[in-house]
Amino acid sequence: MFVSVFHLLATAGNYLEPVGPIAGTERAHLIKVIWVSMIAIGPALLATPLILWRYRRSNARAAYTPKWEGNRLLEIIMWGVPIAVVTWLSLHIWKSTHQLDPYRPLAEEAITVQVVGLDWKWLFLYPDQGVALVDELIVPEGQAVHLILTTDTVMQSLQIPALAGQMYAMPGMTTHQWFFAGLPGETRGFNAQFTGLGFSKQEFVVKTVTQAGFEEAMASMQSAPPLDEATYSKLAERGTPTETKLALGISTDATLRFRLAEPQLFARVLGRYHTGQPLASEAQPGSADYRAEAAALPAAMNTMPMHHHHD
Amino acid sequence: MTDSLCGNLTWDSIMLVKAWKDPNVNNLITAGAAAMIPVGALMVPLLLLWTGWWRPLFRDWLASVDHKKIGVLYIALAVVMLFRGVVEGTLMRLHHATALHGGVLSPDHFNQLFTTHGTTMIFFVAMPLITGLMNVVIPLQLGARDVAYPRLNQIGFWLTASGGFLITISLLIGQFATGGWSAYPAYTGSIFSPGVGVDYWLLSVGLSGIGSTLSGVNFAVTLYKLRAPGMTFMRMPLFLWTSLCVSILLVLIMPPLTVACITLGLDRYLGFHFYTNDLGGNLMNFINLFWMFGHPEVYILALPAYGVMSEVASTFSAKRLYGYPSIVVATMCIAVLSFLVWLHHFFTMGQSALVNAVFGIATLIIAIPTGMKVYDWLATLWRGRIRFTTPMIYLCGFLVLFVIGGLTGIILANPTIDFQVHNSLFLVAHFHNVIIPGVVFGMLAGLHYWFPKVFGFRLLESWGRTTAWLWIVGFSVTFFPLYVAGLMGMRRRAVDYADPAIQPYMIVAAIGSLILCLAFLALLGTILRSILLRKQLAVPLGDPWDARTLEWATPCPPPEYNFAVLPEVTARDAFWEAKENGTAYAPVEKYEDIHLPPPTYYGLWIGAFASVLGFAVVWHIGWLSLLGLLGSIAVPIAYALLPYREIILPAAEVQKQDEAWRCAARETDGVTRDEEAHATNRGLAKPDELEIEFAAAER
Ligand code: HEM
Ligand SMILES: [Cu+2]
Repeated sequence: MFVSVFHLLATAGNYLEPVGPIAGTERAHLIKVIWVSMIAIGPALLATPLILWRYRRSNARAAYTPKWEGNRLLEIIMWGVPIAVVTWLSLHIWKSTHQLDPYRPLAEEAITVQVVGLDWKWLFLYPDQGVALVDELIVPEGQAVHLILTTDTVMQSLQIPALAGQMYAMPGMTTHQWFFAGLPGETRGFNAQFTGLGFSKQEFVVKTVTQAGFEEAMASMQSAPPLDEATYSKLAERGTPTETKLALGISTDATLRFRLAEPQLFARVLGRYHTGQPLASEAQPGSADYRAEAAALPAAMNTMPMHHHHD
Repeated sequence: MTDSLCGNLTWDSIMLVKAWKDPNVNNLITAGAAAMIPVGALMVPLLLLWTGWWRPLFRDWLASVDHKKIGVLYIALAVVMLFRGVVEGTLMRLHHATALHGGVLSPDHFNQLFTTHGTTMIFFVAMPLITGLMNVVIPLQLGARDVAYPRLNQIGFWLTASGGFLITISLLIGQFATGGWSAYPAYTGSIFSPGVGVDYWLLSVGLSGIGSTLSGVNFAVTLYKLRAPGMTFMRMPLFLWTSLCVSILLVLIMPPLTVACITLGLDRYLGFHFYTNDLGGNLMNFINLFWMFGHPEVYILALPAYGVMSEVASTFSAKRLYGYPSIVVATMCIAVLSFLVWLHHFFTMGQSALVNAVFGIATLIIAIPTGMKVYDWLATLWRGRIRFTTPMIYLCGFLVLFVIGGLTGIILANPTIDFQVHNSLFLVAHFHNVIIPGVVFGMLAGLHYWFPKVFGFRLLESWGRTTAWLWIVGFSVTFFPLYVAGLMGMRRRAVDYADPAIQPYMIVAAIGSLILCLAFLALLGTILRSILLRKQLAVPLGDPWDARTLEWATPCPPPEYNFAVLPEVTARDAFWEAKENGTAYAPVEKYEDIHLPPPTYYGLWIGAFASVLGFAVVWHIGWLSLLGLLGSIAVPIAYALLPYREIILPAAEVQKQDEAWRCAARETDGVTRDEEAHATNRGLAKPDELEIEFAAAER
C-alpha cells in the first residue's frame, strides 16, 4: 500500500528518515503540527524583536500609552487565534491518535512476534514459525507485523524509529504494537526506557526481507539449537548482547537464533509474576543476584496473565 | 548483616576511601567533589569563628522568622545547589561529546549524575528559588507584615534544607540512586536497586516535599487572610495571583508525591508489594502518582516566573499591564488544567487511543491560556518606553525562547509524535527549554529586580546584563542541538551512542554547557562585585525602578515589620497611584505598637533531627533513627510548652524610623529613568519629561 513512497533499501533510517508507512505518517504529523502551530507562534516570534526595537525608551518618536490596559477587539483576537489553532490541532489529535493506535490490527494476516525484554537484550519469539531470535527481528516486506510485548525484568520500551514509535513492555503484562514492514533493508530498534548499566547497549537490528527470504530464514532455523527453559534461563541473566554471547561461549559477531522448543515460553514468562508466590531476587531475571538454576518458570500458569486491556 | 551501631555503614561507604582503594577516573571525579564537603564543613565554621560572623548568622538569620530572611536562605540554598547541578550537567555534556561507543564516565557514574542532577535541579534549585522568591515578595506586595505562620515558614525551610543535606551527603557517604529523578519502580525497588541510593532519593525528596506542603498552606492562608485593607483579589499584583495558584497546587499535589515516596519506601524497607513485579504489585500506580504530582509541579515552577515577567514587563516599559483580567483568568485556567494532563508523560503505556486522545487534547488546551499570556506581555510592551535593564533582557530571552519551548510542548502533546520522541533527547531539550528560559530566567529576573528591596543596594547593571546574555546564548547553544539529536534517535539517559552522525551535536552542546558555566560564574560575580560596590549602589529610599506595586512603598531594605502603617489600597498599581497623587511619602497621622514574632531555633532543631532521621533510615541505623524520630516529635512539644513572648515595638520607635525615611524621600529630588543605573539613583523616582508630557496630553 503506502510502501512504494519509501526509498528502496534503507540501511539506517530514523524518525526523520522513515522506512515504513507508520513512521512515515508519524513524521508527517510532526511537520503538520509545526506548520499549524506557527500560525499562533510565528507572530509572537516576529513581534518580539520589532516591539522591543520600536518602543525602546530612546525612541522618542514612538507612541506611548502608559494607561492603556485593554481593548475588546484585541482581546478577541488574542483568545481567538490560540483557540482556533488548538481546535484544529485537537481534531487532528483525535483523528491521528485513533488512526495510528498501535493496538489497531492492521491486517487479517499478520506476522505475530512475541517479544520478551531482558536485561539488556530483546528476545523475539515467532510462535507460528516455531523460531526465536535474540536482538534480531526479521520481517517480510510490506507485511503487517503484530508485536506482543512483555519483559522479564523492569519496564522497557520497544522502539523501531524508522518503522513505528515506541511502546512500553512491562513484566507480567502484555502490550501491543502493530506496524507495516517496509522494503527490504535493515534498520535499528532499541529499548528507549532506562534500565540500568547496560541500557545504552540494548539495541537490535530489524531485517526486512522478501517473502521468499523470510520463509527461507524461518526454515533454516528449524535446525538451530533449541530454545528450552534451561537456555532461556541462561539468556535471562543480565548482560549486554556482547556479554551474553561471551557467557554462552559463542563468538560476539555470531547471531543468536533458535528453534522454539518450548511453545509455551511466552505464557510461562508472563506466568512468573502470577504464581501468587513471592519472587526471590535469585529468581528474578535482571537482578544482580539472579541465578539461572534458581529460576524455574512456572509449569503452567495458575492465573491468567493480566492483560493490558484495550478499552 | 546490619551492625547494631553503624547499620549498613562501613568505611568503604565513604567515597574518599573508595577512591583511595580504587583510583579510577570516575571515583576520582566523585571523590574530588565529595572532598569539598568535609573541607567545607571544616572551613566554613572556622571562617565564621575567625570573623565572628557566626553570631549575627545565628542571631539574625538562622533564628529569624522574618519572611525576607527565610526567603534569602531559600535562595542561598538554591544557588549552592545550582552550583552542583550545573557542574553535573556540564560533566554529562562533556562526557557525551566523547561518548561515541564509550566516553569518559562509567555507566554507573553517568546514571547517578543524571539522577542527582535532575533531583537537585527540581527539588533543591527550582523549588527553593520559587519558594524563596514568594517568601520575599508575597507579604511585601500584599501590604502585610509577615506570612500568616512565620514559624511554620521556618520549619518548611529547614525541612527542605535537610533534604538538601541528604542529597549532598550522598556524594560523600554511599551513593545516590540511578533511577532518574522520576524513580520508576520496579527498577528502584529493592531487587533491582539494592543499596542506599534510592533510599537517599526517597528521604531527600520526601522531606523536602513535606516542607513544600507546609509552604503551600502558609502562602495560601497569607494570601487569603493578610491582604492590606482595600487589596481585593482583582487588585492583587500578578505575581500574587500566580503565587496563589502555586500555593493551591502545592497543597494539592505534594501529598501524592509523599504517598509515592512512602509506599515505595514500604516496598523497600518492609517488603510490601505496592510496586514489585510479584504478588500483585503494579508499577503503573507509581507512575500515575508520580505524574499527578509531576505535571502540576512544572506549573508550580513556571507560574511564579510568569508572575515575575508580568511585573517586569509593566515596570520596565513604564506602562500598565495589558489585559490584567485576562491574565488572571489564564493563570487560573492553567492551574486547574494542570491537574488534568498527567497522562501525557506516558502515552506509550498501552492505554487506549481514546484515553491518549483525551489527554493529548487536554494538554493542548493549556496552550491557549499560555499563548494568551505571551500576547498580553507583548501588548504590555507595545507603546511602552522600554528600558533594557537586566530583568528586561531576561524577559526578551524568555519571550523568544519560551515560545519555542511551547512549540515543542505542543508537538509532544500529540500521541502519535510522542511515540517517537518520548524518552529521547528531544524531550530533554524540551523540558530544559521551558525550565531554563521559563523558570530560571524568571527567577533570575526576579532576583535582579527584588535584590535591592531585600539588601538595600542594586546589582550592577553591566554585570547583570552580561550574565543574562550568557544564559541566553549558553542555553541556545546547549539545548537546540539536543532537539536534533533526539529526532535522530538518541535516547535520554543513555551513557553512550553508536551513531557517529550524533557526535557533532554533542560537541556543540558541550561547548554550550561551558558557556552556561560562565553564566553561573557571572551570576556569582555580579553578586560579589555588587556587594563590594554596595555604597554606590545603595537605594535606601526604596524605589529604584520607578515601580508600581506596594513592596516599593517601603525603604530598601524594609524594616522587619515591612510597613510602619498598613497601606490602604485603592487601585491595582497601588504605589504608582500613590506616586501620581503625591501621597506616596506623605506623613502618617498615627502610629501604633507593632507585635513581632520572637526569634526561635525551632526550625533549625526540626531540620537537625529530620536530617539525623533521614540519614539513619538510609543506613538502617536503628537507634539513630529512633533518636531522630523522637527528636522531631519532641521539638514541637517542647516549643508548645515554652512561653511565647511577642516582641513589641513601641509606636514611638516605629514613628522615628518611618518618619526619617519619609522625610528623606520628600526632601530628595529623585532621578529620572535615564539615571536608573547610576550612583545618583538612591531609590527615589522622578517622572521624566516624556511621561509628564503624556500625562498632560491625556488631561
Ligand atoms: C545549567 C545547565 C544544564 C545542563 C548543562 C543540563 C544538562 C543535563 C543533562 C546532560 C541531562 C541528562 C540528559 C540525558 O538524560 O541524557 C539533564 C537532565 C535533566 N535536567 Fe538538566 N541541565 C541543565 C540545567 C537544568 C535545570 C536548570 C534544570 C531544572 C531546574 C534541569 C533539570 C533536569 C532534569 C529534571 C533532568 C532529567 C533527569 C532524569 O533523566 O531523570 N537541568 N540535564
Ligand atoms: Cu506534564
